[in-house]
Amino acid sequence: MSANAFTSLQRCSARLFVGVALIFFGVRLAAQAGPLAVEKPQLKFGFIKLTDCAPLVIAKENGYFDDEFLSVTLEAQANWKILLDRVINGELDGAHMLAGQPIGATIGIGTRAKIITSFSMDLNGNGITVSNAIWKEMQSLNPALEGPHPPHPIKADALKPIVDRYKAAGTPMRMGMVFPVSTHNYYLRYWLAAGGISPGFYTGGDTTGTTNADVLLSVTPPPQMPATLEQGTIQGYCVGEPWNQQAVFKGIGVPVITDYEIWKNNPEKVFGVTEEWAKKYPNTYLAVLKALIRAAIWLDASPENRRKAVEILSRPEYVGADAAVIANSMTGTFEYAKGDKRAMPDFNVFFRYHATYPYYSDCIWFLTQMRRWGQISGDKPDRWYIDVAKQVYRPDLYRQAARLLVAEGKMNPKDLPDTDGFKPADDNFIDGVTYDGRHPNSYLQEFKIGLK
Amino acid sequence: MKISDRLISLFQTIGLTPLMPVVRLCVGEDPREQLAQLGRMIGLPLLGFGLFLVAWAVTAANVKTSIGTVPGPVQVWQQAVGLVREHQAERQREREFYARQIELKARYEKAFPGKVWQPRRYSGAPTYLDQIETSLETVFAGFVLASLIAVPVGILCGLSRNFYNAVNPFVQIFRPVSPLAWLPIVMIMVSALYTPKNPWLAKSFVSSAITVALCSLWPTLINTAIGVGAIDSDHINVARVLRLPWGVRLRKIVLPTALPYIFTGLRLSLGVGWMVLIAAEMLAQNPGLGKFVWDMFQNGSSQTLALIMVAVFTIGIIGFALDRLMLVLQQLVSYDRAAMR
Repeated sequence: MSANAFTSLQRCSARLFVGVALIFFGVRLAAQAGPLAVEKPQLKFGFIKLTDCAPLVIAKENGYFDDEFLSVTLEAQANWKILLDRVINGELDGAHMLAGQPIGATIGIGTRAKIITSFSMDLNGNGITVSNAIWKEMQSLNPALEGPHPPHPIKADALKPIVDRYKAAGTPMRMGMVFPVSTHNYYLRYWLAAGGISPGFYTGGDTTGTTNADVLLSVTPPPQMPATLEQGTIQGYCVGEPWNQQAVFKGIGVPVITDYEIWKNNPEKVFGVTEEWAKKYPNTYLAVLKALIRAAIWLDASPENRRKAVEILSRPEYVGADAAVIANSMTGTFEYAKGDKRAMPDFNVFFRYHATYPYYSDCIWFLTQMRRWGQISGDKPDRWYIDVAKQVYRPDLYRQAARLLVAEGKMNPKDLPDTDGFKPADDNFIDGVTYDGRHPNSYLQEFKIGLK
Repeated sequence: MKISDRLISLFQTIGLTPLMPVVRLCVGEDPREQLAQLGRMIGLPLLGFGLFLVAWAVTAANVKTSIGTVPGPVQVWQQAVGLVREHQAERQREREFYARQIELKARYEKAFPGKVWQPRRYSGAPTYLDQIETSLETVFAGFVLASLIAVPVGILCGLSRNFYNAVNPFVQIFRPVSPLAWLPIVMIMVSALYTPKNPWLAKSFVSSAITVALCSLWPTLINTAIGVGAIDSDHINVARVLRLPWGVRLRKIVLPTALPYIFTGLRLSLGVGWMVLIAAEMLAQNPGLGKFVWDMFQNGSSQTLALIMVAVFTIGIIGFALDRLMLVLQQLVSYDRAAMR
């Protein structure tokens, strides 16, 4: 079956090839655009088995890398730490990364290396899942949650009495997230803290982030989350798809909230490379960005494309989970408790709302959370936040790549935002706090739990 | 020597003892006894394996896991066939890719007149058979490396009591260390020290091979030391009296006596190396069978269990084949064949 799908894909990409070739030469005359002279044609990128690696997979499978004369190998990595180390030591040319990884590496959390990003891979796409036992207890304590279609979003207040009980019994509740500087760590902490639960602090001597914690958070690689929950090592987790829907299919846990409900259209993964690599191979980097932007456009172009993407992602060399599991969240729905499947058209956003644009304000939000939970020790002026953002996030390169695509007629000029890199002030958070990236310090003052 | 005797001794050497009665039967040597032999050596293993398959097929369907029921022998066989088909399909894609290069090259030369086209390598995912090949290459590289260290050090240990006493503590402390403990150290060291401009070998390959070497050198080292230590003191005294030079003494007296021991050690080492490699590949995500198992586990799809079982059988069969290979070598160098079985 997969062989058939492949040949049809190949036929389709062959057609695309010819079409693109025609466009190339037509446009070249008019706008001097076209493929770039790439310095390094043979590339290897890393990814983690998550649906949001889709732009990389689609750029390869739809032949967008071929169009740039690039031959790209995609290699699944075991966990975020190995992935980051391999990018730093050059075994990988670039990778699907957690938004916090380039930032954390640049300011020296965990490891130190200059990593930049000019491409955000998606918005939203995560969920928080608790084990069946915890969910039952939450229901018995909150009659509103009973029944097959409880009202959402569910706040962490509903979890608090259980957390307190665990803590009183001397065995604090344990929850999993995927990496110390992962978006999942920050969204999980945000949700818990908004419900009055302390997720713990990182201090000079505590790199596990469990000082003064009501819930102990620990690191587990995304694909192992369901297995770890099933083993009883953790009672809940925050992870990207398809690993929340996998828990529903396996019948081992219930997603209680998605990150979309914690912060509407929050930034998620990025495509990261070392600054050195980007400087050494400038044309190659632009060519990669062009291919990725095209993939993102394709992914959000139609539900039909999403269905095709689901089939491709379900192959064992990519995400490898069953297509039905991947489709559950990739095609505009999300299933909470078994049977409670709801429409959620923006659960996975790859291109709409300027999803791929690397906004400084997104970078600064992650920096504020790093400060809030103590990964950044000491007070920093607003200026520092903005300077770091400008080092790590490189919209200038994104704009160059996008302009080339516009000149080639492959991108609508309207899709390139007119911005100074800061999104307008945003209050679409579960606790209603307003975030303005220009004033990180005053934003930090707003939180009851957290360092200022 | 009769041809049948020669065949029998060949089968004995390469470990195909079950075929010996077949030869004897063909030359009409005591048919009843030979048939009984055949039953014991081929019939019983087949019966055992058959019973295992039946028991597996019957029980598997009753075990429900979160990713579906446990696959039976038929499903596992289907997955194995599927993996081979996938390999063939991937090779086909590779051929098509290289066929397309001509078109790509033409396009490139049109877009960049004057620029030299560098041929692109195919960038598809490694197939199951590719992973097996990588694992075999890695284990042999590690094994050769380990042997190159272990045999000389073992000989020195056997020859000199003082050297042995000096080295022994290290051997005793490092021998029980699991590959999983060595691996992070090896990976960090390789990243720091192995930085050639155009790496001939991938870093992941080097770190896996070194980990295999670190864990598999001990059996060879210890057996070599014992073998050399077991040389009859009369022989050594004779060599002293004759004032044989060091090299000759090593060649004529030490090695012939120690060789069977060394090969016993090598056989154990290769077995350990193969086990270690799978674990190392799993943890370090270095290409190979271990990575295949881990990737499939991470996929958590409905085929996961069957695919991992295919890998388990593959690992077992290859391990068995490697052991047989070493057994043959061991028998070829040993004087007393019957005792080494």
